[in-house]
Amino acid sequence: MEKELKKTPLYETHLKYGGRIIDFEGWALPVQFSSIKEEHHACRNAAALWDVSDMGEIMVEGDGALDLLQMLLVNDISKGYPGRVIYTPMCYPTGGVVDDMMVVCLKDQRYLLVVNAGNIEKDYEWISNLAKYFYRVSVKNLSADIAEVALQGPNSERILQKLVKYPLNEIKYYHGVEDVEVAGIKCLITRTGYTGEDGFEIYCKAEEGPHLFEAIMEAGENDGLVPAGLGCRDTLRFEASMPLYGQELDAEHTPLEAGLGRFVAFNKGVYFVGSRALMEEREKGLRAKLVGLEMVEKGVPRTGYKVFDESGEKELGYVTTGSYAPTLDKYLAMAFVPVEFSQIGTKLRVDIRGKKILAEVVKMPFYRREGKKK
Amino acid sequence: MTYPANLKYTKTHEYARVEGNKAYVGITNYAQDQLGDIVFVELPEVGRELKAGEIFATVESVKAVSDCYAPVSGKVIEVNEKIADSPELLNKDPHGEGWICAIEMSDPSELENLMDNVAYEKHASEGGH
Repeated sequence: MEKELKKTPLYETHLKYGGRIIDFEGWALPVQFSSIKEEHHACRNAAALWDVSDMGEIMVEGDGALDLLQMLLVNDISKGYPGRVIYTPMCYPTGGVVDDMMVVCLKDQRYLLVVNAGNIEKDYEWISNLAKYFYRVSVKNLSADIAEVALQGPNSERILQKLVKYPLNEIKYYHGVEDVEVAGIKCLITRTGYTGEDGFEIYCKAEEGPHLFEAIMEAGENDGLVPAGLGCRDTLRFEASMPLYGQELDAEHTPLEAGLGRFVAFNKGVYFVGSRALMEEREKGLRAKLVGLEMVEKGVPRTGYKVFDESGEKELGYVTTGSYAPTLDKYLAMAFVPVEFSQIGTKLRVDIRGKKILAEVVKMPFYRREGKKK
Repeated sequence: MTYPANLKYTKTHEYARVEGNKAYVGITNYAQDQLGDIVFVELPEVGRELKAGEIFATVESVKAVSDCYAPVSGKVIEVNEKIADSPELLNKDPHGEGWICAIEMSDPSELENLMDNVAYEKHASEGGH
């Protein structure tokens, strides 16, 4: 028997725009509307709009909220202020990753944690369990009440500004504003994204999601805006070398191994879950390292394919994500390998259906937009 | 979607275009649409002997990997080198410029096992399984 898929508030909207619906982590979501490549290029060159209502939102608030988050999360949330957004992994005591998330810092000691669709229940339980030891803090799972859309691409600001009075150029990268009206709908807007382009993520009440989506589509009519699906959401984040939980991040690998060391605030002055294991690993050396691979010989590396040394004799690791990269027109992969094989220029082989195809370690991110500060 | 009357079709969404004792084979319009943007085709070696139903090529789109099964038996005598550099031809013109290889048929009577365009269109419209 086929299981019933969960539907986001925008399910009917996807059908209306001709989305091809698939099962994503138990959610019925469009993989594409026109074509993955077309939507990918539209985002890089103009703009694209996604329904990302599958993402989870967990509100942590109260006098004790910051103390809880400082212990729970590896980044330094004390650097936050209302309107600031902080990216952070959340770790187990072993240093393995429970999830990665954005923390949107809001006024009145409220923190909105935006977490991965497949991890909502696990995260909520994990956070709630630790919250028991803190005074005056409440943890609420708002995921079902909130719709979220992502407007991404160089034309995003121009498109969104048509619907918003607030001067969007005042919102810096990884910042946001609350209670802003977008086409008459009260929203939270953050200048964040998962594509490597400029853009916004916009949150509203679940029932207002379809209206928000359609208002933005209309506003972007003459600016090349297209509705976009999961297919290019993955190829875009992959080119920008952004990690995906379940692939680059999991309970078996630490943020240090996944190349996210800059988000681990060892110096934040308080103990945090995972800090001991992570410090130990930092001192002793990494057990594995996430590297970028470019195929030297032709072939498409894919998730789970094994990685060997140049001779093809020794198995070293595996591909976490691999794909054709539409903007770069290359076949690329991210892979976990031992540190001694992680130097740029190292030749490795990827086992593609029994053939060990030559690849080379290259720098990440694969793609970085022009004008973005390094 | 339309399927040319001069082609023969398999249940697994390959076609054969017969010219004398040669069959030009590729994937159907239905197959390319289901796969989405095709980014790589692993071609067979020229000279390889194939049995009908054997995997002769692998087509990869952004999201999926799909094996192609030989519609007829015979020897691969030519491969479409153009699609090595322009795999998108399989999306743009699957029944024409996007052919994969030519097979010198060892048993042309096998063509009788394949569907005509009317039967194939029905098969594809019913979900293609």
